[in-house]
Amino acid sequence: MTAPAVEANPVPMTAKRRGTQLFMLTFAVAIVMAAYAIAGLGQDGQVPGDMLTYGLGLGALMAVAYIALAKFAPWADPLLLPLVTVINGLGLVLIWRIDHAGRNGASAPTQLMWTALGIVVFAVTLVVLRDHRVLQRLTYTAGALGLLLLILPLLPFIGKEINGARIWIGIGGFSIQPGEFAKLALVVFFAGYLVAKRDVLALAGRRLLFIDLPRARDLGPVLITWIVSLGVLVLQKDLGSSLLLFGTFIAMLYIATQRTSWVLIGLLLFIGGAYLASKIPAFGHVDARLQVWLNPEDPELYDRELGGSQQLMQGLFAFGTGGILGTGLGVGNPTLIPLSFSDFILAAAGEELGLTGIMAIIMIYALIVERGLRISIAARDPFTKLLAGGLAFILAWQVFIIVGGVTNLIPLTGLVTPFMSQGGSALLSNWILIALLVRMSDTARRPPPQAIQDEGMTQVFQR
Amino acid sequence: MNKPIRRVAIACLLMFGLLLVNANYLQAIKAEDLRKDSRNSRNFFARYKVDRGSITAGNVTLAESKEVGGEFKYQRNYPHGPLYAHVTGFFGPENAIGVEGAENSMLDGSDSRLAVSRFVDMVTGKPPKGATIEVTINPKAQKAAYNALKASGKKGAVVALDPKTGAILTLVSVPTYDPNQLAPANKAKVNEAYNKLDKDKDKPLLNRALNQAYPPGSTYKVVTAAAFLSDDEGRNAQTQVDAPTSLDLPQTSHNLPNSGGAACGSGQVTLMYALQRSCNTPFAKMGMELGYNKMNEQAKKFGVGEPLSVPAVVDRSDFGPADMTQASLAMSSIGQFSVSMTPLQMAMVAAGIANEGKVMKPYLVKKVVGPDNSEIEATEPSELSEAVTPEVAHELRDMMKAVVSQGTGSAAQIQGVEVAGKTGTAQTEPGRAPHAWFISFAPASDPKVAVAVIVESGSAGTEASGGQTAAPIAREVIKAVVD
Repeated sequence: MTAPAVEANPVPMTAKRRGTQLFMLTFAVAIVMAAYAIAGLGQDGQVPGDMLTYGLGLGALMAVAYIALAKFAPWADPLLLPLVTVINGLGLVLIWRIDHAGRNGASAPTQLMWTALGIVVFAVTLVVLRDHRVLQRLTYTAGALGLLLLILPLLPFIGKEINGARIWIGIGGFSIQPGEFAKLALVVFFAGYLVAKRDVLALAGRRLLFIDLPRARDLGPVLITWIVSLGVLVLQKDLGSSLLLFGTFIAMLYIATQRTSWVLIGLLLFIGGAYLASKIPAFGHVDARLQVWLNPEDPELYDRELGGSQQLMQGLFAFGTGGILGTGLGVGNPTLIPLSFSDFILAAAGEELGLTGIMAIIMIYALIVERGLRISIAARDPFTKLLAGGLAFILAWQVFIIVGGVTNLIPLTGLVTPFMSQGGSALLSNWILIALLVRMSDTARRPPPQAIQDEGMTQVFQR
Repeated sequence: MNKPIRRVAIACLLMFGLLLVNANYLQAIKAEDLRKDSRNSRNFFARYKVDRGSITAGNVTLAESKEVGGEFKYQRNYPHGPLYAHVTGFFGPENAIGVEGAENSMLDGSDSRLAVSRFVDMVTGKPPKGATIEVTINPKAQKAAYNALKASGKKGAVVALDPKTGAILTLVSVPTYDPNQLAPANKAKVNEAYNKLDKDKDKPLLNRALNQAYPPGSTYKVVTAAAFLSDDEGRNAQTQVDAPTSLDLPQTSHNLPNSGGAACGSGQVTLMYALQRSCNTPFAKMGMELGYNKMNEQAKKFGVGEPLSVPAVVDRSDFGPADMTQASLAMSSIGQFSVSMTPLQMAMVAAGIANEGKVMKPYLVKKVVGPDNSEIEATEPSELSEAVTPEVAHELRDMMKAVVSQGTGSAAQIQGVEVAGKTGTAQTEPGRAPHAWFISFAPASDPKVAVAVIVESGSAGTEASGGQTAAPIAREVIKAVVD
């Protein structure tokens, strides 16, 4: 046995892997352009004429994002940007394809503009936010901002109700969903708040049977969040956002305290809240959704005018028609699916790309979430851990709620499919979310200052 | 904090795992149901996207796809309207019946036997096209049968077979409908038309030739005679049989008289005479003497009870339950009581006798021709069963010839053509007019066609009888084929 001649470097150097990133990014752009060409061939029998313009345009945008990332976050995770590019691009192709088929409401140019803006905002966030830890100092500002954004749609004059949910505000000619940005602000607030309070939340309390119960007064913030999300549910009739916010809060609470009792309390509170809401006559739709979930094929529910299962079933028909390999882009009938360009865009993908495509898309989301959680694990300070973990979880949770909803795994609640559904607010906020993850991964993966070697036996360990 | 983060990661993994499993369930396991759900209007769109093959009979086109342009590319057109309705069926927004339904995978080109041509189309970029179905129908005979039956103003059916092959030469059921009404790419319009036809008390949608079984009446005496002759080699057309004016039915207070209570010769007549005059008593007696098993066995040998599809599914004919009393057996032996026969089955009886005792399997699809004019499939005639020996068949033929030349079926006589046949007048319910039947084949020495005609009760006068009502219709069909 001979000892290795050279001792392994005690602190492993992380590679920057910018080459990998560039290659994967090119690959992502290539996939999207190929999808665009196929969609054109499928629909008109020819490659879309503006193929080159769009290809170069998307390439140029990605080059901007890449340069911003290489310059301002050189240690960042190499896969996040390419993964997001693929799904954002596929979403664009699907919207273009539905728009091209003459579906009212689908607008590829608008979505393209928002995508470009999203990428710019991504780059700007990286450039401006050089250290995400400044956000910790803005904890309560973020909390107040989040609440304000949530309340905006309820205000008279600017608030608008579309498709039964009051989650929009109109400014000029634009409709904005402030809730999408509130989501980010609230995760920042939760992270900052929980870092400050985690010890007291985790340690104080007493043990009852087999779980550790928190002190009653520590329940305060949980109850407040519960009331806020219930308020969202009742006042804005938006079950999806309510579920999204509350679930994320509970997950972050669990990460901060490591106490299962919080999760149980949270679950009980939400189920109780949803049950109560379903008892209010005006909110019969919670009850209706449960019925629809259990028996979507029931002809009576299918034919019901309001709160029936027709939307869901039309989506399921699209999935079924797609089968394993799908009809091929541009060949299916996604215009038959209501809201095929927004909430039900995955049903359109399911029809034309088949099970194969859906599995790939779900895997891409899973990979993004996995990269996010990995940042959380690698991060060195609790705020970063909580923020990265929270952002990764909110993405996973959102995908689960909407994809599970349209595939009837869980009751359907309206939510945006991140990066794919048509809608500027969601696209911008999700690109900011990715920028935050990239920023944190840069911090997390940046090698710490090298300990000076040969300094005797004294080693300083950083926990 | 890494431990809870790992747990959250596992929770995320589970969530994505659930999504993947559910997607598999939805798109692999449940996909078929969802695809076929009637509320999935993709089926509806897909149906009108395909350039379906035509249905032809000789040079005549029975059904074709016409390019209409717009959202729905093709629409089905039936140039002859109601004439071939029960042959082609129809291809509508939600369903298809008849040849359109049974041969759907060939017509729309999705059949695996068309995979090569589909692949060639894909490579050469030509829009896919379905195969053409050529049916065995003889357009001239079909027209003759349809016109004759329609002219009578009555409900009924006509089936003509080529006795040597089993090819169906005419398939007429009246009243009928215009399949063009049920073909447009408009669910609401088609449903309205369909419901109207469906509610019609004359049942125009019912294919009486294949899907309605009737008591065959005296035409069934041919089958009883076949059983009687087959039972003993020594018997022939000249064998003497008992023919009382009235037959006492055992275990009942009823007597079975001959039609109109008439005497049948001297009470002791030849088998040929009994058939010629269609006396009831000798055949009822024969049936009772042969017993249920032999009678049922003979029916089965003519194909009764055999599941048939031509390719449209045919209703089963039936002799009756095994536990019937002697009195019932007597009635069944003259085609009353529980015997129920489809017109196709009775045509098979005539065809079997015409073809030296061999019943050929009836079929409607002659061949399938691919879009590139290559023959994909042709039906080979096949024997269904041997009903009687050639000798017995000859005796039956001679007796049936006598029915037309000297007996009840004289209305079927054709100058220069020897026609063999048997009339039937089936009692339905007391007080209701009888069904008029006629089964026949011609030319008797070298049969080219076997015909079964039924004219339903209620539509004819009470005097309707096989000889006066049904036989002339059969004659028209035979003339159309033989000339």
